[in-house]
Amino acid sequence: MNLEQFIENFADLFDETDPDTIKATTQFKELEEWSSLVALSVIAMIDEEYDVEFRGDDIRGSNTVQDLYDRVQSRVE
Amino acid sequence: MAKITFHGVGIKAMSACVPVEIVYNKDLGYLIPEEEIEKTINNIGIEQRRIAADDVMASDLCFKAARQLMADNDIDPGSIDVLLFMSQTADYRIPATSCLLQHRLGLPRETMCFDITLGCSGYLFALSTAFAYASMEGINRVLLLDGETFSKIVNRRDKVDWPLYGDAGTATLVEKGDYGESTFMLNTDGSGENVLKIHAGMRNPITADSCVEREQEDGNIRNDLEVFMDGMDVFNFAISKVPKSIKQLLKETGKTIDDVDYLIFHQANRFMMDFFVKKLKISPDRVPYCIHKYGNTSSASVPLTIASELAGKLDGVHEVMLSAFGAGLSWGAAIMQMRDCHVSPVIEY
Repeated sequence: MNLEQFIENFADLFDETDPDTIKATTQFKELEEWSSLVALSVIAMIDEEYDVEFRGDDIRGSNTVQDLYDRVQSRVE
Repeated sequence: MAKITFHGVGIKAMSACVPVEIVYNKDLGYLIPEEEIEKTINNIGIEQRRIAADDVMASDLCFKAARQLMADNDIDPGSIDVLLFMSQTADYRIPATSCLLQHRLGLPRETMCFDITLGCSGYLFALSTAFAYASMEGINRVLLLDGETFSKIVNRRDKVDWPLYGDAGTATLVEKGDYGESTFMLNTDGSGENVLKIHAGMRNPITADSCVEREQEDGNIRNDLEVFMDGMDVFNFAISKVPKSIKQLLKETGKTIDDVDYLIFHQANRFMMDFFVKKLKISPDRVPYCIHKYGNTSSASVPLTIASELAGKLDGVHEVMLSAFGAGLSWGAAIMQMRDCHVSPVIEY
């Protein structure tokens, strides 16, 4: 898996946030559009695209998009 | 592995009853910022829910549904051998609510009655129990009543749970007859006990303190007698287990998703069900939803969806699949050939 594609998949989950503003260093919970429902779509995206079971604690324990990516990558078979 | 197959038993009739009071999610401004309400409604797919009055219990909704079923199908109360009541919101801790319903419905004293309790997956497990009893020598008819009033155990200032849950009671009549094969596959993972839980009970005894509302995670308000749910973990659990359990059941029964005329999901939330539909590549017109009208009615949601969306549509022979998941953690799927199942339209209490 690569980071660029992951960021693109992540940015696709937002309706109103400009995809260009989302970088690896973005503190995603600070995004205005971030909500518990977007969190569910992150879990769904990670299941679909990477076949990784992502838990609530994974979201809670991540701050940046890079953090999410690192957690997914460590579990990709 | 709990894979169970039945022959010669099936569902003769179904009915459902919901409270008359409608609560609209657009009025949740006190709980959710106004600008997020519409988005929340679109995501969870719940516009309105039915909420039981203070003096209306799950057993009352089931009682009325059962009366309707018996009237519509000309069922003699004396012909019912077993009465099962599946609920997480029973009338009392002692005695079992099924006993009260036996008396109220005028069933004979020879009727075997007991309660079953589980999570939102409960209907599937209870239905497999009904099928099992109906398969036994000496039993012809089993009346399964599945009802929930989560409005009584969810705090109105809990923004995870309150927008989701609604109340309903249902009745399902199972009997011996010329029915095709039914297969259930039922699963459990108790390591997930904390994902969906009411804290106070026997292990954590109920005291005056249990009734004190406190601010919990993310500003949600709740006391220890009310439901806690980790939405993200439930979601993760469901998306990782539900599609797999359906595919496994199809494989075990030698069927494909195209053989399924109707797939009825536990109505957890719309976003989740849409995800399953996409993942299973099943045509959406075979997946009835009633969540927009009634919300998540916990274990009652599968039979409620059938009563709400399939009334009059189950004449003849149909291959019907049921899928549910919930607290425990607990999940499963069932596939059955339904034959001339009479479904009464939803009534109000």
